[in-house]
Amino acid sequence: MELKEKLVSSFLAFENKGNLDLDSNVHSLRLKAIHNFEKEGFPTKKNEEWKYTSLKSILKKDLGLFPSTDKSIGFKDIKEYLINDIESYTLIFIDGVFNSFLSDTTHDNCDVCVLSSALTRPKYKMIVDNYFNTIAKENNSLAELNTAFTTEGAFINVPKNTIVQKPIQILNFSTGIEGEVMLQPRNLVVVGENSHVQIIERNQNLSKNTTLTNSVTEIFVHKRAIVDFYKIQDDTKDSSLIDSTFVSQKQQSVASVHTYSFGGKIIRNNLEFYHEGENITSNLNGISILNDKQHVDNHTLVNHKYPNCESHELYKGIYDDKSTGVFNGKVIVQQEAQKTNAFQQNNNILISDGATINSKPQLEIFADDVKCSHGCTIGQLDESALFYMQSRGIPKKEAKALLLFAFGNDVVEKIKIPQLKSNITKLIAKNLGVDLGFDL
Amino acid sequence: MLEVKNLHASINDKEILRGINLSIKPGEVHAIMGPNGSGKSTLSAVIAGKDEYEVTKGSVILNGEDLADLAPEDRAHKGIFLSFQYPVEIPGVTVTNFIKTAINETRKAKGLEDLPAKDMLKLIREKADLLEIDRKFLSRSLNQGFSGGEKKRNEIFQMAMLEPKLAILDETDSGLDIDALKIVANGVNKLKSKDNAVIVITHYQRLLDYIVPDFVHVLHNGKIVKSGGKELAFELEEKGYDWLK
Repeated sequence: MELKEKLVSSFLAFENKGNLDLDSNVHSLRLKAIHNFEKEGFPTKKNEEWKYTSLKSILKKDLGLFPSTDKSIGFKDIKEYLINDIESYTLIFIDGVFNSFLSDTTHDNCDVCVLSSALTRPKYKMIVDNYFNTIAKENNSLAELNTAFTTEGAFINVPKNTIVQKPIQILNFSTGIEGEVMLQPRNLVVVGENSHVQIIERNQNLSKNTTLTNSVTEIFVHKRAIVDFYKIQDDTKDSSLIDSTFVSQKQQSVASVHTYSFGGKIIRNNLEFYHEGENITSNLNGISILNDKQHVDNHTLVNHKYPNCESHELYKGIYDDKSTGVFNGKVIVQQEAQKTNAFQQNNNILISDGATINSKPQLEIFADDVKCSHGCTIGQLDESALFYMQSRGIPKKEAKALLLFAFGNDVVEKIKIPQLKSNITKLIAKNLGVDLGFDL
Repeated sequence: MLEVKNLHASINDKEILRGINLSIKPGEVHAIMGPNGSGKSTLSAVIAGKDEYEVTKGSVILNGEDLADLAPEDRAHKGIFLSFQYPVEIPGVTVTNFIKTAINETRKAKGLEDLPAKDMLKLIREKADLLEIDRKFLSRSLNQGFSGGEKKRNEIFQMAMLEPKLAILDETDSGLDIDALKIVANGVNKLKSKDNAVIVITHYQRLLDYIVPDFVHVLHNGKIVKSGGKELAFELEEKGYDWLK
């Protein structure tokens, strides 16, 4: 049976089995979502938005939809995937199931807990009704699919005037205990007025089995709030990730999403920003370092609807072997959005002849008093810079790595958590196959 | 120390060096002068091992060893240092981290352990003081946003750190005002010893007022057309290059 049929036919059983409240709003959202998914199905290359990314090879696999969790997983198994040298809240999910023993949640000043409880507890009903699935787009069949099967994920609710002192780490592990699986985490983040939160998210396959993760995150940023969201994508070569992240911002808020794509069979990031007020800042930063036959596709959208807002987008890519990259950056400046500043930059280095990048800036500007720019470069390593470093005794391999570090440096510099910055630097060094012997 | 024998080199099948002979002993300073396009920078790049250039004939021998098959980093490990006319900017890598990497890679090649951080710091401070380099300068990204003078001073700082046997200064004076020139020249003179040698590549005689050469060679059309003592530099300053062609 094809994956689509399998998903659709298991929907009823899923809803019944899950003891889900069939009278709730969420139930009707699910129902609508599964119908939409059934109608649309998985995107194919005929869809313009999926022209360069094919899911075919993954969809052929016989993926388990409702794996049971591997209870033997302990801290030692997951330690290396956490940022350990900082105090943080942690939400650990093993095979899609929350592991309270390994996690560190809170309800003190804010709620850092799980979506399953938010969806069922009366206390959170208003938040769920107000926010859940309100910006996840209806014409995104994969987001619909996630909505239909929403069971678990992170729920972060920060009331107004709250600085969340510790970063929050969300980790989704797949253990492969049930063979090849599909996971569909769903995160909801609501940040009140004047509040500030930092979130680090990572999906990690602990086995050699295929994992397909179809993740959806909705982030609501209220007036003057600040949100920093970091996505670490350094998974195994048998893991694929479709990440759809939707950000809705109110006036004077600042939201930044950083995406580090270092490993995976197919990584697709749909990142969308919607403005609901003036003087908003949106930052989109990404760096991809891939080799082998890995594939990353960064699809971004910033929808400027109000005046005096700005967006800054910087994506860098380093592609080796036969890896492929896609950058599709759409910026809409609506007629009312005068005095918009929208900047977009996509720089790429192709290390081997077999590597490919497709870069497509898409600017749709309907206002006349705006500053918008976009730039895209595709190049090779600078031979004269290599020679310079070699002439100082630095071997070619290390010299290459240093140059690539230098190339990606302005993206890494934007990380505001020092321990995370050092962690990302180490991951980059690992992916470039060098030991630099110092922190940059 | 260095023997260049009948060296021919070309780039994209265009011959640039057409039979260079040069013999340099420890303790000597050689100046190579010549008009634009005479092959000065090519000669320095070929000695340092830039693989864009193809050596079609002849050889470069350092302390008895033919360098033909050695990569630029191997040559650096054996004591060759090339100061660039246009040093490359490397954002995100500080001067300190760059030189640390260079020193430790060189030590690794010689089978030595990394220099302990404390000793490294001491060495860096010592050499920075020698060249009148501000400490703040050391934590800036390598050559990024440096003035012409700062770039050249940074080159000599790296040379001071790496203590090469043979230093080639390619147009080190270009873009320097007289004060910067004096500091750079002063640094080179302090680093000079009876065991190392310096090749100064320059267009003008100006630098040679401060780094006084034992020998001056005039390069023209890929060949050394005249050699002499330091007085040759004055003659060139006066008469230009035309009389040698």
